[in-house]
Amino acid sequence: MPKLVSHPDEVKIISRRFGQGAEKIDRYIELGGYEAVKKCLAQGSDWIINEVKASGLRGRGGAGFSTGMKWSFVPKQSAKPKYILVNGDESEPGTCKDHLIFLHDPHSVIEGAIIAGLAVGAKMGFIYMRGEYRTLLEIMERAVADAYARGFLGKNIFGSDKEFQIITQTGAGAYEVGEESALMESLEGKRGVPRIKPPFPAVVGLYGGPTVINNAETIATVPHVINMGAAAYAAVGSPRNGGTRLFGVSGCVERPGVYELPMGYNLKKIIYEVAGGIRNGRQLKAVVPGGSSTPVLLPDEIDIGMDFDQVGKAGSMLGSAAVIVLDDQTCMVEFALRTISFYRHESCGWCIPCREGTDWLKKSLTRIHAGFGEATDIDTVRYIAENMLGHTFCPLGDAAAMPTIAFVKKFRQEFEDHLNGKPCPLAKMGLPQFTVV
Amino acid sequence: MPDVTFTVDGKKLTAPAGTLLIDACRKACIEIPAFCYYPGLSLQAACRMCLVRMEKVGKLQTACTTRVAEGQIFYTDTPEIAQVRKANLQLLLGNHPLDCPVCDAGGECELQDMTFKYGAGVSLYAEAKNHREEQQWSPAVFYDRPRCILCYRCIRMCGEGMDVWALGVNNRGADSAIVPNGAGHQLDCEQCGMCIDVCPVGALTSGSYRYQTRPWEMNHVSTVCAHCADGCKVTLGVRSTPEGAAIVRADNRDKSGINGDFLCAKGRFGFDFAGSDERLTQPLIRNAEGKLAPATWEQAIRTAAAKLKEIRDAKGGEAIGVIGSNRLTNEENYLLQKFARTVLGSNNIDHARTADYPTFVRALAGHADKAASLRDLASAPAILLVGGNPTEEHPLLAWHLRTNVRLNHARLYIANSAPIKLDRQAKAVQQISADGYRKLASFLVHGESDFAKTILAEESLLVVLSADVSGKPLADLIAWGLKRGNVRFALLGAYANSRGAADMGLDPALLPGYVPVDKPGPFAEYTNLPTTPGKNFAQMTAADSGLDALLIVGANPAAQTKLDSKTFLVVQDLFLTETAAQADVVLPAASLYEKSGTLTNTFGDVQMVRKAADRPGVKPDFEILVRLAEAMGAEIAKLVPFGKRGTTGDLGQSRGAEAGEADRHAVWLEANNLEPRLSPFDPFALFDEIARLVPGYSLDRINLFASNDVHSAPPAASNFVPAKALIAPARDTLFTSGTLGRYSQSLQQLEQHQTRKQAKSAAD
Repeated sequence: MPKLVSHPDEVKIISRRFGQGAEKIDRYIELGGYEAVKKCLAQGSDWIINEVKASGLRGRGGAGFSTGMKWSFVPKQSAKPKYILVNGDESEPGTCKDHLIFLHDPHSVIEGAIIAGLAVGAKMGFIYMRGEYRTLLEIMERAVADAYARGFLGKNIFGSDKEFQIITQTGAGAYEVGEESALMESLEGKRGVPRIKPPFPAVVGLYGGPTVINNAETIATVPHVINMGAAAYAAVGSPRNGGTRLFGVSGCVERPGVYELPMGYNLKKIIYEVAGGIRNGRQLKAVVPGGSSTPVLLPDEIDIGMDFDQVGKAGSMLGSAAVIVLDDQTCMVEFALRTISFYRHESCGWCIPCREGTDWLKKSLTRIHAGFGEATDIDTVRYIAENMLGHTFCPLGDAAAMPTIAFVKKFRQEFEDHLNGKPCPLAKMGLPQFTVV
Repeated sequence: MPDVTFTVDGKKLTAPAGTLLIDACRKACIEIPAFCYYPGLSLQAACRMCLVRMEKVGKLQTACTTRVAEGQIFYTDTPEIAQVRKANLQLLLGNHPLDCPVCDAGGECELQDMTFKYGAGVSLYAEAKNHREEQQWSPAVFYDRPRCILCYRCIRMCGEGMDVWALGVNNRGADSAIVPNGAGHQLDCEQCGMCIDVCPVGALTSGSYRYQTRPWEMNHVSTVCAHCADGCKVTLGVRSTPEGAAIVRADNRDKSGINGDFLCAKGRFGFDFAGSDERLTQPLIRNAEGKLAPATWEQAIRTAAAKLKEIRDAKGGEAIGVIGSNRLTNEENYLLQKFARTVLGSNNIDHARTADYPTFVRALAGHADKAASLRDLASAPAILLVGGNPTEEHPLLAWHLRTNVRLNHARLYIANSAPIKLDRQAKAVQQISADGYRKLASFLVHGESDFAKTILAEESLLVVLSADVSGKPLADLIAWGLKRGNVRFALLGAYANSRGAADMGLDPALLPGYVPVDKPGPFAEYTNLPTTPGKNFAQMTAADSGLDALLIVGANPAAQTKLDSKTFLVVQDLFLTETAAQADVVLPAASLYEKSGTLTNTFGDVQMVRKAADRPGVKPDFEILVRLAEAMGAEIAKLVPFGKRGTTGDLGQSRGAEAGEADRHAVWLEANNLEPRLSPFDPFALFDEIARLVPGYSLDRINLFASNDVHSAPPAASNFVPAKALIAPARDTLFTSGTLGRYSQSLQQLEQHQTRKQAKSAAD
């Protein structure tokens, strides 16, 4: 079990039960668990949706869409069954928050899913976990079984006339399946390729039924929102950014780890105070603020509050709140190559710009990093990325293009330093040998 | 849907609400490039070539998934869109091998065309291209991944269109590849080749066509498939050879035919019988040693004619029998019966019957609107399929049924003695005993079962009957339908012109158009027409037929029965079949792809066939018959009206088509039946007579000559009693085609490939 970190500035809402044995149902109840769902059973669906709307809770997967709004799009009447889908396919490099939730607090996901089900009138929920999280599946399956045994799941939950069932499922190891419609395809047993939108999942989703699909962190937050009250939760964060987030700080810092901080907490403070500053007394070179797909920020750009709006204004995205810190020993060309290699590997191949674009970017960056680049190659890399951006079938293409453009834009000199046979001054990762054909 | 008005590039367009933008634009001649979009198949939005700018929307939208609504404004010709298209092509070409000089698709490739129009001429990349070795999936289909642009048309055509689902994708990202779902990269499918047809590039290539020629070195001849009775329009790619002209490819690039997008394995690959080494190219005469020996046409015609004349003059026409073919053109079959009746003086004429057309036509006489055309099957809201297995025997019919169910939600009902693949599309299936077809009319009349009740609840119905339904049960069923009203019928025979053979009077008791020989009506103008019915097929092919001579044209009865060894046998055929091998005189005939004329499919749709290939040494059956008649001393102008009719003046209009324009004057002459018929070997001289005399064949000439299908109607009235005749349904499979199929190497290979797979999967 990974060591938990902590810092006085943390506001522990989602993480309040981490490390306290809450994966066991009795302990979870002891720590106040399953109270929110009882409150919701008493109050009814409209109240739940309004409460979640008022809390300012925005999707924790990365897009930051209002959770209450999303729920309100589900039609009240539906000929087909409605579904709640918990997206635990946490795959964005740098991100490891859902991992901790599944590990320490699986019942909060179950409780959140039940509340979502009550809100939209769904009787069936699926918890879809990343393929590589098979070890966590046991914990989650145990939790689900315990909840069934207590009558919290099943035909008449908590003795009410409401029904809610949960099925757990893991993926087979595809980043792409984190995209909501691709996840549904995967869950239905098909190839994990996104669907054409519209229709959106709220109208036509899993098995054709109206579906609420939320990130695991979002769902796990919902019981806390209900318990605290919408106003109290919203007050924690910055304007229009309710509550806290689990910030996964990784890279060249003294104390990497997942910290729960209020939305809008200053990025510079996260790095220098919460995470203890740059490792080994080195200098900060760059920060990727929200997972590998978000554009990189320079040291002079990080004095910003970490919420959806402020990071957006700074030219990047809050994304999954995975802060990747790079020090002055990092080769940015190599980092760009590492990043694009991931997207090249994970592109599903459905559309031309993403499939071919990631392949070419990887090839070109490999060559540039190996010292065989020519002056025009830098512009070509940027050209490819810019022509992928916004043109792909799903956001994966953007996720590959956005950081690449930022790397070239902000670290152009470093790219130029690799050209014309010059070896990478910082090479250390044993990159594949480039051979001239 | 009500019409909505929207704007594309400043042009106001109107289309029904919900129309796809790409369709609306294409209709208005605004080109939207696309690889993955294919009308009638599910939407993909994968190729991103059709991205357009929609006002007030942040991201570019794919025209293939955008449905038009009132007041929308789109831009498709801005620099932004031009750049999107160019960049997309640059990305595609990055890994594309650009081996156009040796690619089958070079010259007819959508990637080439799009690059020419939208692409950039400069390559930005210095990297090596991803390469994978080419794979052979079956004798018919090869896959070259480097050329593939992953538009998924093949997967959808195979799955949605053919309901075969043999293809999928493996790996992901740039490593994705199309792959057969079966093990070992082998295609376990219907080998229709539709995947090759819809491939926009040269990724899927045809086993028989690949590396044969460049597309622009072929002439493209639009004709009709020589195999089953559905009559698909097929385009033959023809190349000249030192000896004549050979067919190198068959496809359906002309989508205007009754088959639309469709062509099956036989149509696409089974053309190679025409180029077979086993073709007869010299007449043969049985010599003194009893062996067939090569002879000149002059000798062969003279020998056959002399013997036939001798027998006719000595014993009368009754001593001679004539058997026609399900694969001759209408004009040839008409000529054959006219030759038999007026030159030989015999009603001993018949053909191998694969369906009971006389009963069918008799029952529907006077109800032209109740005889369904094949196109009706593509749109009928409710269809009852009785017997047969269209997937194997009538692939185009099966295609239309599937597509109609898939796209129009048609309701398909199936009554069959065995499960068939189309059951998957059926709303209800009724299993009946093998002899249950007889009782089908009473089964429906009483309407006691749920199946019958559901069918009777349909407002209209199209009943498709397999050849298993014949005689009285067939008449009863049609009588039931006519009484009920709003029921249309179709009857399924087996070969390219089995309906035409029946319509053209290859019948001992019936003249063309099912006119009884004893009441010849319009055929009273025939000289010396015998008025008593002659011998039928079974009698003529019996070992004790007692006939002194038998002329068999394009048929192979000896494959089934033992012929009378004492009979003088003249055979016209493409190959030395079992029948030809017994003949005294063998006359090598041209195939359907080597002559012109018309064919009638089993639904009564008449279409033109056009001469595509040319084989030295052979003659069309039409010419052979005229020469035989001439050698027997007949008056040819009476047999084939030629020479005097029509006009030879050009009426002041240019007949030249030098600048490439259509020869409108010729079309006008043809349409108005004024084209001079200058040769006795011109089948269209007889076509004119057919149109004039044969009930139901007064057809829309201009449509017919423009290569469209024209529906023939059952005669207005009919008063004959259909004779009880032996109906032998052919029961061909996807890879067999009677005797003809045996001479197609491609079909043989496909059948063997398939048998191997089946034997393997049977072990599961």
